[in-house]
Amino acid sequence: MPKSYRDGLPITPDKFVDQLMRLKRGSISRRDFLGLTGLGVATAVMARELGIMPTPAFAAENLGDRMSIATWPNYHDPQTFENFKAETGVAVEVNVFGSNEEMLAKLQAGGSGWSLFVPTNYTISTYKKLGIIEALNMAKLPNFDGKSEDSRFTAEGTIDGTIYAVPKNWGTTGFAVNTKKLTKPMSSWKEFWDTAMAEGDGRTMVHDYQLTTIGNALKYYGYSFNSLKQDELAKAEELLLKVKPHLFAVSSDYQPGMRAGDAWMTMCWTNDGAQLHRDIPEIAYVLGKEGGEIWTDFYAIPKDAPNKPAGYALLNYLMNPKVAVKEHLANGAPSTDARVNALLPKEVLDNPILYPAADLLKPLEFGAAATLTDPGRAELMARFKSA
Amino acid sequence: MRGSLFRKNLVTTLLLAPAALWLVIFLVLPFIAIAIFSVGERAPEGGYQAALTFAQYANLPARATAFWNTMVLAPIGALACLLVAYPVAYYLALRAPDRWRLILLAMIVIPFWTSLLMRTYAWMYILGGRGIPALLAYVGIEDLRLINTPGAVLLGIVYGYLPLMILPIYVSLERLDRRLLEASADLGATPLSTFLGVTLRLSLPGVMTGFSLVMILLLGEYLIPTLLGGGKVFFIGNALVDLFLQSRNWPFGSAIAITLVLVSVVVLIIANRISTRLSGARRVDLI
Repeated sequence: MPKSYRDGLPITPDKFVDQLMRLKRGSISRRDFLGLTGLGVATAVMARELGIMPTPAFAAENLGDRMSIATWPNYHDPQTFENFKAETGVAVEVNVFGSNEEMLAKLQAGGSGWSLFVPTNYTISTYKKLGIIEALNMAKLPNFDGKSEDSRFTAEGTIDGTIYAVPKNWGTTGFAVNTKKLTKPMSSWKEFWDTAMAEGDGRTMVHDYQLTTIGNALKYYGYSFNSLKQDELAKAEELLLKVKPHLFAVSSDYQPGMRAGDAWMTMCWTNDGAQLHRDIPEIAYVLGKEGGEIWTDFYAIPKDAPNKPAGYALLNYLMNPKVAVKEHLANGAPSTDARVNALLPKEVLDNPILYPAADLLKPLEFGAAATLTDPGRAELMARFKSA
Repeated sequence: MRGSLFRKNLVTTLLLAPAALWLVIFLVLPFIAIAIFSVGERAPEGGYQAALTFAQYANLPARATAFWNTMVLAPIGALACLLVAYPVAYYLALRAPDRWRLILLAMIVIPFWTSLLMRTYAWMYILGGRGIPALLAYVGIEDLRLINTPGAVLLGIVYGYLPLMILPIYVSLERLDRRLLEASADLGATPLSTFLGVTLRLSLPGVMTGFSLVMILLLGEYLIPTLLGGGKVFFIGNALVDLFLQSRNWPFGSAIAITLVLVSVVVLIIANRISTRLSGARRVDLI
């Protein structure tokens, strides 16, 4: 794996300014700032060559010459899109987002302009209910093989026997610790929160994201990560308000803080944990033994996609195991596809950050659809942040 | 006679039309839309659903802390800006050599052409662990944390909005009739009482303009507290962003937006009153 797959990628001034203006307009949340540090991805986008290259053979299928995808920062190998353009003549514009809520907000408002996007498992039923995504035409996705997919991770893409989304990769939500600064070994969410108020005072980060911040506070008491029960949420709120004055930040942009040494401990997703540990070996990735979140990110096509043929073409291209394997090497998240796993190098498959032991995986829960739209959790988060 | 008056009116109307159209399309219509949203309900999955209720306004106390944080920060931030800006504006207007003045003014304005986000992001790295704290570690001050502190937020605000405070004060000082200062000295006033009684007093309209400009912008601020305060301090701007982009509660977000606009208008009216009174009542002209 190269040190950074973003090395040497060009960035156009236009794209840079676009990205900044988008952030300035208010897209500040979850993984968003990683988007800023990962500007390469957003700009790997072949926009700089838009329309200059002649359209080759695929033109017969009328794919057009451009399309737009909404995804997460640092989530793709930019070379994938370069190759796709070379093969099909379709330039891919990449939009990076901060949270599922933000993607939903954009799609609900209409006119997103995306022909493909990357929602997380627990949001798909809501998208279907709102009629925002389309039932996938599997005839256009010959590269997808349902039988090679690990059904633990893929179930939520299928609703009433109809496939609405196909998986990209899975992962977990744990925490990253700088073991040089916080030497006591930790293995639970209880230790995470207690340490945040003691040795980790002023050095701990939690996500600016209701699902994980509230969910992992619920785990302190052993409640479900997805709880909507009043009394359980009240306990979680009590803990969060107690921890608040001791925090370094409420932000999902935790890589810069951890890398600079300002933050010593943070809630963390698999792919960021793998990247941090790779570059700074003393940063460990820990899964709370009480449980927490396991997730799968999917590909789906919005009903109002302006270029569906290209959306399908890119999705089919990404389902090619030879293409997908490069994606996994780039973003550091584990694959759901046995055909891809067969192609991954051994050291990736043996990395316990990507593939935790079975007893750690067992108590993890997938996010529940209700948390996405529950006003109670949203208000709790607002009270925590404004306290 | 009548014809020419008509023509004059027509010309005025045509000249004003683009600006009026602009305001109607981009200010009045969106404002009406937000007002309608604010009496609606949040749809079960988020967004807006038609209704006629004042429940959203009744719920405003749920964001009382955010309003309070903003109401405290905005004047403090504007005051800090003023304390830094006044000496600079004073020097520029009354002390700086003529050939330097333009260059110095340009040096104040040019950084303002860069996006506020970028300038604030730069401070994140200057104050972060690999910035000033790393330099201080060389002289033995270890593990100092500057980023994500109230001081960092205040610094970001002063840095970000300084030009908006300097320029109006500079303009009012620049127009100051220097003979008034000589007169004051001739009549036996000390430099301090000349400054307080003449210079400061005559520059007050500029001070009020700068103060209200910075104040209004700070009322909607969310970027600086997010980036330099670590998202731990929650202003009304942050509440708005979360309501629209996270919980998708458009009606409640709209109610807060309307309230914020009203508060801003009140602040502006008060500032304008004070400013008019100061410049009107104490107008001093020689000849």
